[in-house]
Amino acid sequence: MDAVLGLKLASSGQVPDHCAARAFTNLTKDSQFGQRPLRVAIIEENSIRAAILVDGLREAGILDVEVIEAMTHMLRRLSIIDPDVIIIGIENPSRDVLEQMFQVSRLVSRPVAMFVDRSDGSMIEAAVEAGVSAYVVDGLRKERVKAIVDMAVSRFNAFERLQRELVEARSELASRKIVERAKGILMRTRQLSEEEAYALLRQTAMNEKRKLVDIAQSVVTAASLLEK
Amino acid sequence: MWGIEDVSGDPASRTGSVDDTPSTRSGRRAPERLVRVGFIPLVDMAVLVAAAEQGFAEREGIRLQLMKDVSWSNIRDRLAFRQFDVAHMLSPMPVASQLHLGSNPYSCFTPFALGRGGNAITLSLDLYREMQALAGLDGSEGALANALALKQVVERRRVAGRKPLVFAMTYPFSSHNYEFRFWLAAAGINPDTDVTMTVVPPPLTVDAMTTRAIDGFCVNAPWNMIAVEKGIGRMVATKADIWPSAPEKVLGVSLEWADENPETLSRLVVALDAAARWCDAPENHAALADMMSDQAYLGVPSDLIRRLFSGRLTVDPDGRVRHVENYLRFYGQAANFPWISQALWIYSQMVRWGQVAHSEANLAQAKAAYRPDLYRDILAGSGTSVPLVDSRVEGLEEPFIDGRSFSPDDIPAYVEGFPIRTAANAAVDE
Repeated sequence: MDAVLGLKLASSGQVPDHCAARAFTNLTKDSQFGQRPLRVAIIEENSIRAAILVDGLREAGILDVEVIEAMTHMLRRLSIIDPDVIIIGIENPSRDVLEQMFQVSRLVSRPVAMFVDRSDGSMIEAAVEAGVSAYVVDGLRKERVKAIVDMAVSRFNAFERLQRELVEARSELASRKIVERAKGILMRTRQLSEEEAYALLRQTAMNEKRKLVDIAQSVVTAASLLEK
Repeated sequence: MWGIEDVSGDPASRTGSVDDTPSTRSGRRAPERLVRVGFIPLVDMAVLVAAAEQGFAEREGIRLQLMKDVSWSNIRDRLAFRQFDVAHMLSPMPVASQLHLGSNPYSCFTPFALGRGGNAITLSLDLYREMQALAGLDGSEGALANALALKQVVERRRVAGRKPLVFAMTYPFSSHNYEFRFWLAAAGINPDTDVTMTVVPPPLTVDAMTTRAIDGFCVNAPWNMIAVEKGIGRMVATKADIWPSAPEKVLGVSLEWADENPETLSRLVVALDAAARWCDAPENHAALADMMSDQAYLGVPSDLIRRLFSGRLTVDPDGRVRHVENYLRFYGQAANFPWISQALWIYSQMVRWGQVAHSEANLAQAKAAYRPDLYRDILAGSGTSVPLVDSRVEGLEEPFIDGRSFSPDDIPAYVEGFPIRTAANAAVDE
């Protein structure tokens, strides 16, 4: 069905960035053969994720990218931008707003279809897993769209990783603060040195087979209860 | 951020043994069949929550995994991409899917309606006060009188050259869309030309009204009452005023999943039937409200949900309370039966508003969306009384707000009988 298609997407959903970039080299070539450059609209409230996506598209030679941050005026913005492809996070409730927009297509110039082609199950799976959804102008060549969706998937995954690391870093910092507070409480109430306070927390954690931060949290909670 | 990850704590695992859980069969097998159900947090998902939490699914050997989502588009797509097995759906969604409407027209059907009611139309308090001043409303008026008063305001705004009012519903193929339009048109307001109809996701409706982005909305509970209690909205009509028999949400099932799992589907329907019966009993409302107030579901106070079950609605920030008989109905009056005539009423409204052109082929597709035959096969001989026919004239016992009844035998005549409608295909092309 699509013998021309040179890029088979890994079904795992983990598409290395360089793959997507290579795909775009083909794509830019395509456009030199008479197809007009693609215009992409990104609907994204999170400015970091939007920036990561725009960056990915730019690297791949797609410069005509617009970001729509807010739901208000989304319709007007879209009808002005008139994109070939719309990328929107699957958890964005505005997808229902788009659905309405496509129904009343007087306002957007051409009909738009969700996910290129049903035959490509793995691409769809990867996209949904990564939380990407895309709307595409009818009749756009499949591989051009696929490349964009692949890129969005890898960028969404990269953003996810970034978020995860950020959360981990934050919780690491928060744990350290709790341990500090617990030490302070023990030093004050039991007249211990800092080392002794820490050793006590550690020993208790070992005895109770719990995490140090959990013991520290119990100390902090208990102290706050007793304060009143 | 809601997503699949957000389905923290599988609700089924929290099912404790509760005293009024119906006695389970002795020697039942362990819960084994996992059924993933997508839902949007709304009060009308009560039957699903009860099935998962109150042991009804478990009794049928099903582990129901309720998965929260944020949009009807997602519900549709995740069902299509097999992330859900079945879903909490707007009653028009299976009809739209069979007619290949929408951006991912993946065919699904419903063998079971999840109940009636819950929708209401709320206008901004400013707009309602304007209606009061202009039409002399004292607050006790019914839904049609309110719509006629709105018509006066719409006319005055037009004459004064003010921009049209903006009204929101939640999805193009929703009971809200058709009910809002039905109510407006019953008073002579053309929803396509006299006002602007737009979509706002349910959890954002109250905020959108607060920021004056919209002048009114039609959405299911609890959002209407929340808008009133925040002092920004006035409830002017409920679903029961527009068409009391209307199905609201349904159980959407994908054709593939149903083909592969006929036995599980049938057990699921049995479980939902028992859960629906339980939900309708007033003595269970307190427990049901407690379950639903959980963050995994609605995350709103249990007390608010209870008041919604009772049908005692605060309709005006001044404290006016209106008692709506059968505001939410989960079981009685064959509320779970997927009437072909109701699928066809939905279809008639799709034709009326130019979403689809009428043809015999489309009519047949629309009928395929509702499967009373399955409901009947599964529940025949159970304690639930099953209607003997699949189709009936709608609006005889429980009339529509415009007083006309709907005979599914002549849809073109029904549609042409509306003074306000969109000309065929007008919404499709420029």
